[in-house]
Amino acid sequence: MSALEFTVVVWVLSALAGFLGALTGLGGGVVVVPALTLALGVDIKYAIGASLVSVIATSSGAAAAYVKEGYSNIRIGMLLEIATTIGAVVGAYLAGVTSTHIIAIIFGLALLQAGYQSLFKGSSDAERHIESDRLCKFFRLGGDYPVDGRRQEYGVRNVPAGFGMMFGAGALSGLLGIGSGAVKVIAMDQAMKIPFKVSTTTSNFMIGVTAAASAGVYLSRGYIHPPVAMPVMLGVLTGAFLGTKVLVRARVKTLKLVFGVVILALAIEMIVNGATGRI
Amino acid sequence: MDDQRLEEIIGQLLRAGVLLAAAVVLAGGVLYLVQHPAGRIDYTTFVAGPESLRTLTGIVKLAAGLDSRGLIQLGLVLLIATPVARVVMAVVGFALEHDRMYVVVSLIVLGVLLFSLMHAT
Repeated sequence: MSALEFTVVVWVLSALAGFLGALTGLGGGVVVVPALTLALGVDIKYAIGASLVSVIATSSGAAAAYVKEGYSNIRIGMLLEIATTIGAVVGAYLAGVTSTHIIAIIFGLALLQAGYQSLFKGSSDAERHIESDRLCKFFRLGGDYPVDGRRQEYGVRNVPAGFGMMFGAGALSGLLGIGSGAVKVIAMDQAMKIPFKVSTTTSNFMIGVTAAASAGVYLSRGYIHPPVAMPVMLGVLTGAFLGTKVLVRARVKTLKLVFGVVILALAIEMIVNGATGRI
Repeated sequence: MDDQRLEEIIGQLLRAGVLLAAAVVLAGGVLYLVQHPAGRIDYTTFVAGPESLRTLTGIVKLAAGLDSRGLIQLGLVLLIATPVARVVMAVVGFALEHDRMYVVVSLIVLGVLLFSLMHAT
Protein backbone atom coordinates (compact mmCIF):
# COMPACT_ATOMS: atom_id res chain seq x y z
CA MET A 1 0.00 0.00 0.00
CA SER A 2 1.07 3.61 -0.35
CA ALA A 3 2.35 5.81 2.45
CA LEU A 4 -0.87 7.82 2.38
CA GLU A 5 -3.09 4.73 2.59
CA PHE A 6 -1.01 3.32 5.42
CA THR A 7 -1.14 6.61 7.32
CA VAL A 8 -4.91 6.89 7.02
CA VAL A 9 -5.60 3.28 8.02
CA VAL A 10 -3.27 3.47 11.01
CA TRP A 11 -4.72 6.81 12.07
CA VAL A 12 -8.23 5.37 12.08
CA LEU A 13 -7.22 2.20 13.96
CA SER A 14 -5.29 4.26 16.50
CA ALA A 15 -8.18 6.67 16.95
CA LEU A 16 -10.39 3.71 17.76
CA ALA A 17 -7.84 2.50 20.30
CA GLY A 18 -7.59 5.95 21.87
CA PHE A 19 -11.36 6.33 21.94
CA LEU A 20 -11.90 3.00 23.68
CA GLY A 21 -9.02 3.72 26.03
CA ALA A 22 -10.44 7.08 27.07
CA LEU A 23 -13.92 5.65 27.67
CA THR A 24 -12.94 2.52 29.57
CA GLY A 25 -9.87 3.88 31.30
CA LEU A 26 -8.01 0.86 29.96
CA GLY A 27 -4.89 1.05 27.81
CA GLY A 28 -5.23 2.17 24.23
CA GLY A 29 -1.72 0.85 23.74
CA VAL A 30 -2.68 -2.79 24.05
CA VAL A 31 -4.87 -2.48 20.95
CA VAL A 32 -2.31 -0.61 18.84
CA VAL A 33 0.33 -3.37 18.73
CA PRO A 34 -2.01 -6.21 17.65
CA ALA A 35 -3.72 -3.90 15.15
CA LEU A 36 -0.42 -3.03 13.51
CA THR A 37 1.09 -6.52 13.56
CA LEU A 38 -1.99 -8.63 12.80
CA ALA A 39 -3.91 -6.38 10.43
CA LEU A 40 -1.04 -4.64 8.65
CA GLY A 41 1.86 -7.06 9.01
CA VAL A 42 4.07 -4.44 10.60
CA ASP A 43 7.14 -5.86 12.35
CA ILE A 44 6.55 -5.96 16.10
CA LYS A 45 9.55 -3.73 16.84
CA TYR A 46 8.06 -0.84 14.88
CA ALA A 47 4.71 -1.57 16.54
CA ILE A 48 5.98 -1.45 20.10
CA GLY A 49 7.87 1.76 19.35
CA ALA A 50 4.74 3.42 18.04
CA SER A 51 2.68 2.07 20.92
CA LEU A 52 5.10 3.41 23.50
CA VAL A 53 4.80 6.86 21.97
CA SER A 54 1.01 6.70 22.14
CA VAL A 55 1.18 5.65 25.81
CA ILE A 56 3.16 8.80 26.64
CA ALA A 57 0.78 10.93 24.58
CA THR A 58 -2.34 9.77 26.40
CA SER A 59 -0.66 9.83 29.80
CA SER A 60 0.65 13.39 29.53
CA GLY A 61 -2.42 14.53 27.62
CA ALA A 62 -4.74 13.40 30.37
CA ALA A 63 -2.50 14.71 33.16
CA ALA A 64 -4.50 17.89 33.62
CA ALA A 65 -7.71 15.96 34.05
CA TYR A 66 -6.85 13.40 36.71
CA VAL A 67 -5.00 15.78 39.00
CA LYS A 68 -8.12 17.82 39.65
CA GLU A 69 -9.85 15.67 42.20
CA GLY A 70 -6.92 15.22 44.57
CA TYR A 71 -6.77 11.43 44.44
CA SER A 72 -3.29 10.60 43.17
CA ASN A 73 -0.41 10.30 45.62
CA ILE A 74 2.83 11.61 44.17
CA ARG A 75 5.06 10.16 46.88
CA ILE A 76 3.79 6.64 46.32
CA GLY A 77 4.12 7.19 42.58
CA MET A 78 7.69 8.53 42.75
CA LEU A 79 8.99 5.93 45.17
CA LEU A 80 7.55 3.07 43.14
CA GLU A 81 8.81 4.66 39.92
CA ILE A 82 12.35 3.82 41.03
CA ALA A 83 11.42 0.17 40.53
CA THR A 84 9.29 0.72 37.44
CA THR A 85 11.82 2.79 35.51
CA ILE A 86 14.67 0.37 36.22
CA GLY A 87 12.37 -2.47 35.12
CA ALA A 88 11.51 -0.52 31.97
CA VAL A 89 15.16 -0.13 30.96
CA VAL A 90 15.74 -3.86 31.58
CA GLY A 91 12.62 -4.65 29.53
CA ALA A 92 13.79 -2.44 26.69
CA TYR A 93 17.15 -4.26 26.65
CA LEU A 94 15.29 -7.58 26.60
CA ALA A 95 13.26 -6.41 23.59
CA GLY A 96 16.55 -6.18 21.73
CA VAL A 97 17.54 -9.78 22.39
CA THR A 98 14.16 -11.51 22.36
CA SER A 99 12.79 -12.95 19.15
CA THR A 100 9.64 -11.36 17.78
CA HIS A 101 7.79 -14.69 18.15
CA ILE A 102 8.43 -14.73 21.88
CA ILE A 103 7.50 -11.06 22.23
CA ALA A 104 4.23 -11.79 20.41
CA ILE A 105 3.42 -14.68 22.74
CA ILE A 106 4.26 -12.72 25.89
CA PHE A 107 2.15 -9.90 24.52
CA GLY A 108 -0.73 -12.31 24.05
CA LEU A 109 -0.40 -13.50 27.63
CA ALA A 110 -0.38 -9.91 28.91
CA LEU A 111 -3.54 -9.29 26.87
CA LEU A 112 -5.17 -12.37 28.39
CA GLN A 113 -4.52 -10.90 31.83
CA ALA A 114 -5.88 -7.50 30.81
CA GLY A 115 -8.96 -9.09 29.23
CA TYR A 116 -9.61 -11.16 32.32
CA GLN A 117 -9.33 -8.01 34.44
CA SER A 118 -11.75 -6.20 32.20
CA LEU A 119 -14.34 -8.96 32.15
CA PHE A 120 -14.25 -10.39 35.62
CA LYS A 121 -12.78 -7.99 38.07
CA GLY A 122 -14.71 -5.02 39.30
CA SER A 123 -13.19 -2.40 41.55
CA SER A 124 -12.90 -3.33 45.19
CA ASP A 125 -15.44 -1.03 46.77
CA ALA A 126 -14.49 -1.73 50.33
CA GLU A 127 -12.97 1.31 51.96
CA ARG A 128 -9.60 0.85 53.48
CA HIS A 129 -8.93 2.24 56.94
CA ILE A 130 -5.68 0.47 57.60
CA GLU A 131 -2.60 1.86 59.25
CA SER A 132 0.73 2.12 57.45
CA ASP A 133 3.41 -0.38 58.38
CA ARG A 134 6.79 0.87 59.60
CA LEU A 135 8.52 1.07 56.23
CA CYS A 136 5.56 2.97 54.78
CA LYS A 137 5.57 5.34 57.75
CA PHE A 138 9.28 5.92 57.16
CA PHE A 139 8.59 6.82 53.54
CA ARG A 140 5.48 8.81 54.51
CA LEU A 141 3.35 7.06 51.91
CA GLY A 142 -0.02 7.48 53.60
CA GLY A 143 -2.40 10.22 52.60
CA ASP A 144 -6.02 11.13 52.32
CA TYR A 145 -8.56 11.16 49.51
CA PRO A 146 -12.09 12.48 48.99
CA VAL A 147 -14.92 10.21 50.14
CA ASP A 148 -18.46 11.56 50.30
CA GLY A 149 -17.31 15.16 50.45
CA ARG A 150 -14.72 14.72 53.20
CA ARG A 151 -11.06 13.63 53.22
CA GLN A 152 -10.56 10.00 54.30
CA GLU A 153 -7.12 9.07 55.55
CA TYR A 154 -5.44 5.85 54.45
CA GLY A 155 -2.30 3.91 55.25
CA VAL A 156 -0.09 1.80 52.99
CA ARG A 157 1.60 -1.61 53.40
CA ASN A 158 4.11 -3.94 51.76
CA VAL A 159 6.57 -1.68 49.97
CA PRO A 160 8.91 -4.61 49.06
CA ALA A 161 6.10 -6.57 47.39
CA GLY A 162 4.93 -3.40 45.63
CA PHE A 163 8.48 -2.72 44.48
CA GLY A 164 8.82 -6.20 43.03
CA MET A 165 5.55 -6.00 41.14
CA MET A 166 6.40 -2.53 39.87
CA PHE A 167 9.70 -3.82 38.53
CA GLY A 168 7.72 -6.49 36.66
CA ALA A 169 5.26 -3.91 35.37
CA GLY A 170 8.16 -1.79 34.14
CA ALA A 171 9.83 -4.76 32.44
CA LEU A 172 6.58 -5.59 30.62
CA SER A 173 6.27 -1.98 29.59
CA GLY A 174 9.80 -1.94 28.20
CA LEU A 175 9.44 -5.26 26.43
CA LEU A 176 5.98 -4.73 24.93
CA GLY A 177 5.67 -0.97 24.54
CA ILE A 178 2.59 -0.82 26.77
CA GLY A 179 1.71 1.23 29.82
CA SER A 180 1.22 -1.71 32.21
CA GLY A 181 -1.43 0.31 34.04
CA ALA A 182 -3.34 -2.83 34.96
CA VAL A 183 -0.35 -4.42 36.72
CA LYS A 184 0.41 -1.19 38.55
CA VAL A 185 -3.16 -0.91 39.81
CA ILE A 186 -3.13 -4.53 41.01
CA ALA A 187 0.16 -3.97 42.83
CA MET A 188 -1.14 -0.88 44.61
CA ASP A 189 -4.70 -2.03 45.22
CA GLN A 190 -4.09 -5.68 46.17
CA ALA A 191 -0.54 -5.84 47.52
CA MET A 192 -0.15 -2.42 49.10
CA LYS A 193 -3.76 -1.99 50.21
CA ILE A 194 -4.08 1.47 48.69
CA PRO A 195 -7.65 2.69 48.01
CA PHE A 196 -8.71 1.82 44.47
CA LYS A 197 -9.28 5.36 43.17
CA VAL A 198 -5.91 6.45 44.53
CA SER A 199 -4.30 3.43 42.82
CA THR A 200 -5.84 4.14 39.42
CA THR A 201 -5.05 7.86 39.40
CA THR A 202 -1.50 7.33 40.69
CA SER A 203 -1.03 4.63 38.04
CA ASN A 204 -2.09 7.11 35.35
CA PHE A 205 0.65 9.47 36.47
CA MET A 206 3.24 6.67 36.60
CA ILE A 207 2.52 5.24 33.17
CA GLY A 208 4.05 8.16 31.25
CA VAL A 209 7.22 8.18 33.33
CA THR A 210 7.67 4.41 32.92
CA ALA A 211 7.22 4.65 29.16
CA ALA A 212 9.74 7.50 28.96
CA ALA A 213 12.27 5.23 30.66
CA SER A 214 12.22 2.81 27.73
CA ALA A 215 11.87 5.54 25.14
CA GLY A 216 15.55 6.48 25.04
CA VAL A 217 16.56 2.89 24.39
CA TYR A 218 13.78 2.46 21.77
CA LEU A 219 14.80 5.68 20.03
CA SER A 220 18.45 4.67 19.80
CA ARG A 221 17.54 1.25 18.38
CA GLY A 222 15.19 2.64 15.74
CA TYR A 223 11.97 1.09 17.10
CA ILE A 224 10.40 4.56 17.01
CA HIS A 225 10.04 4.95 13.25
CA PRO A 226 8.55 8.28 12.10
CA PRO A 227 6.18 7.05 9.35
CA VAL A 228 4.66 4.47 11.73
CA ALA A 229 4.73 6.43 14.99
CA MET A 230 3.29 9.59 13.45
CA PRO A 231 -0.21 8.32 12.56
CA VAL A 232 -0.35 6.27 15.77
CA MET A 233 0.41 9.24 18.02
CA LEU A 234 -1.95 11.59 16.21
CA GLY A 235 -4.68 8.96 15.89
CA VAL A 236 -4.62 7.98 19.55
CA LEU A 237 -4.74 11.63 20.63
CA THR A 238 -7.67 12.28 18.30
CA GLY A 239 -9.54 9.25 19.58
CA ALA A 240 -8.83 9.99 23.23
CA PHE A 241 -9.97 13.59 22.81
CA LEU A 242 -13.21 12.45 21.17
CA GLY A 243 -13.66 9.84 23.86
CA THR A 244 -13.58 12.38 26.65
CA LYS A 245 -16.25 14.42 24.87
CA VAL A 246 -18.67 11.53 24.54
CA LEU A 247 -20.77 11.08 27.62
CA VAL A 248 -21.56 7.40 27.78
CA ARG A 249 -20.97 7.11 31.51
CA ALA A 250 -23.86 4.74 32.02
CA ARG A 251 -22.60 2.31 29.40
CA VAL A 252 -19.02 1.93 30.70
CA LYS A 253 -19.84 -1.56 31.98
CA THR A 254 -20.96 -2.69 28.53
CA LEU A 255 -17.88 -1.10 27.01
CA LYS A 256 -15.64 -2.98 29.41
CA LEU A 257 -17.41 -6.17 28.40
CA VAL A 258 -16.91 -5.50 24.69
CA PHE A 259 -13.35 -4.38 25.32
CA GLY A 260 -12.67 -7.54 27.32
CA VAL A 261 -13.98 -9.81 24.58
CA VAL A 262 -12.02 -7.98 21.85
CA ILE A 263 -8.86 -8.13 23.95
CA LEU A 264 -9.26 -11.86 24.54
CA ALA A 265 -9.71 -12.45 20.82
CA LEU A 266 -6.60 -10.38 20.07
CA ALA A 267 -4.72 -12.26 22.79
CA ILE A 268 -5.43 -15.61 21.19
CA GLU A 269 -4.49 -14.30 17.74
CA MET A 270 -1.18 -12.94 19.03
CA ILE A 271 -0.29 -16.18 20.80
CA VAL A 272 -1.25 -18.35 17.84
CA ASN A 273 0.55 -16.15 15.32
CA GLY A 274 3.61 -15.93 17.53
CA ALA A 275 3.67 -19.68 18.09
CA THR A 276 3.28 -20.53 14.41
CA GLY A 277 5.94 -18.01 13.45
CA ARG A 278 3.67 -15.73 11.50
CA ILE A 279 4.61 -12.70 13.59
CA MET B 1 0.32 28.08 46.52
CA ASP B 2 -0.56 24.63 47.85
CA ASP B 3 0.12 21.11 46.62
CA GLN B 4 -3.15 20.83 44.73
CA ARG B 5 -2.69 24.10 42.84
CA LEU B 6 0.90 23.18 41.99
CA GLU B 7 -0.26 19.81 40.65
CA GLU B 8 -2.89 21.50 38.52
CA ILE B 9 -0.36 23.87 36.95
CA ILE B 10 1.97 20.97 36.24
CA GLY B 11 -0.91 19.09 34.62
CA GLN B 12 -1.70 22.03 32.36
CA LEU B 13 1.95 22.44 31.39
CA LEU B 14 2.11 18.75 30.47
CA ARG B 15 -0.95 19.04 28.30
CA ALA B 16 0.54 22.11 26.56
CA GLY B 17 3.71 20.10 25.96
CA VAL B 18 1.72 17.30 24.32
CA LEU B 19 -0.11 19.76 22.08
CA LEU B 20 3.17 21.36 21.01
CA ALA B 21 4.66 17.94 20.29
CA ALA B 22 1.57 16.94 18.34
CA ALA B 23 1.73 20.13 16.27
CA VAL B 24 5.35 19.42 15.32
CA VAL B 25 4.54 15.77 14.49
CA LEU B 26 1.56 16.89 12.42
CA ALA B 27 3.67 19.42 10.51
CA GLY B 28 6.27 16.75 9.83
CA GLY B 29 3.56 14.26 8.89
CA VAL B 30 1.95 16.57 6.37
CA LEU B 31 5.35 17.35 4.86
CA TYR B 32 6.14 13.64 4.70
CA LEU B 33 2.93 12.76 2.89
CA VAL B 34 3.28 15.67 0.48
CA GLN B 35 6.73 14.37 -0.41
CA HIS B 36 5.90 10.64 -0.54
CA PRO B 37 2.17 10.13 -1.17
CA ALA B 38 2.40 7.14 -3.47
CA GLY B 39 5.66 5.64 -2.26
CA ARG B 40 5.29 1.94 -1.54
CA ILE B 41 5.94 1.20 2.12
CA ASP B 42 7.03 -2.05 3.70
CA TYR B 43 7.28 -2.35 7.44
CA THR B 44 7.10 -6.13 7.59
CA THR B 45 10.76 -6.55 8.50
CA PHE B 46 12.49 -4.44 11.08
CA VAL B 47 15.54 -2.51 9.94
CA ALA B 48 17.11 0.11 12.17
CA GLY B 49 16.78 3.45 10.43
CA PRO B 50 19.58 5.90 9.65
CA GLU B 51 21.64 6.98 12.62
CA SER B 52 20.57 10.58 12.15
CA LEU B 53 17.03 9.59 13.12
CA ARG B 54 18.19 7.69 16.19
CA THR B 55 20.33 10.30 17.92
CA LEU B 56 19.20 13.59 19.46
CA THR B 57 21.79 15.72 17.61
CA GLY B 58 20.93 14.02 14.33
CA ILE B 59 17.22 14.60 14.85
CA VAL B 60 17.65 18.29 15.63
CA LYS B 61 19.86 18.75 12.53
CA LEU B 62 17.36 17.03 10.26
CA ALA B 63 14.43 18.95 11.72
CA ALA B 64 16.25 22.26 11.34
CA GLY B 65 16.75 21.37 7.68
CA LEU B 66 12.98 20.68 7.42
CA ASP B 67 13.48 16.99 6.69
CA SER B 68 9.99 15.54 7.19
CA ARG B 69 11.06 12.42 9.11
CA GLY B 70 13.42 14.49 11.25
CA LEU B 71 10.60 16.88 12.04
CA ILE B 72 8.30 14.03 13.07
CA GLN B 73 11.04 12.56 15.20
CA LEU B 74 11.63 15.95 16.85
CA GLY B 75 7.97 16.12 17.81
CA LEU B 76 8.21 12.61 19.28
CA VAL B 77 11.29 13.62 21.27
CA LEU B 78 9.37 16.63 22.63
CA LEU B 79 6.63 14.25 23.64
CA ILE B 80 9.06 11.96 25.43
CA ALA B 81 10.39 15.04 27.23
CA THR B 82 7.01 15.76 28.90
CA PRO B 83 7.15 13.02 31.57
CA VAL B 84 10.84 13.84 32.12
CA ALA B 85 9.83 17.46 32.72
CA ARG B 86 7.17 16.14 35.09
CA VAL B 87 9.84 14.46 37.22
CA VAL B 88 12.03 17.58 37.16
CA MET B 89 9.07 19.62 38.40
CA ALA B 90 8.54 17.09 41.16
CA VAL B 91 12.17 17.51 42.26
CA VAL B 92 11.64 21.27 42.43
CA GLY B 93 8.33 20.85 44.23
CA PHE B 94 9.83 18.58 46.88
CA ALA B 95 12.80 20.93 47.29
CA LEU B 96 10.42 23.84 47.90
CA GLU B 97 8.73 21.74 50.58
CA HIS B 98 12.14 20.97 52.10
CA ASP B 99 11.40 17.25 51.66
CA ARG B 100 14.95 15.99 51.28
CA MET B 101 13.99 12.32 51.16
CA TYR B 102 11.77 12.79 48.14
CA VAL B 103 14.17 15.15 46.41
CA VAL B 104 16.55 12.18 46.48
CA VAL B 105 13.83 9.71 45.42
CA SER B 106 12.80 11.79 42.42
CA LEU B 107 16.44 12.49 41.50
CA ILE B 108 17.01 8.74 41.33
CA VAL B 109 14.05 8.40 38.96
CA LEU B 110 15.39 11.30 36.90
CA GLY B 111 18.76 9.56 36.81
CA VAL B 112 17.24 6.40 35.34
CA LEU B 113 15.37 8.48 32.73
CA LEU B 114 18.54 10.34 31.73
CA PHE B 115 20.46 7.05 31.55
CA SER B 116 17.88 5.81 29.09
CA LEU B 117 18.00 9.00 27.05
CA MET B 118 21.79 8.84 26.91
CA HIS B 119 21.47 5.88 24.56
CA ALA B 120 20.21 8.34 21.96
CA THR B 121 23.36 10.46 21.99
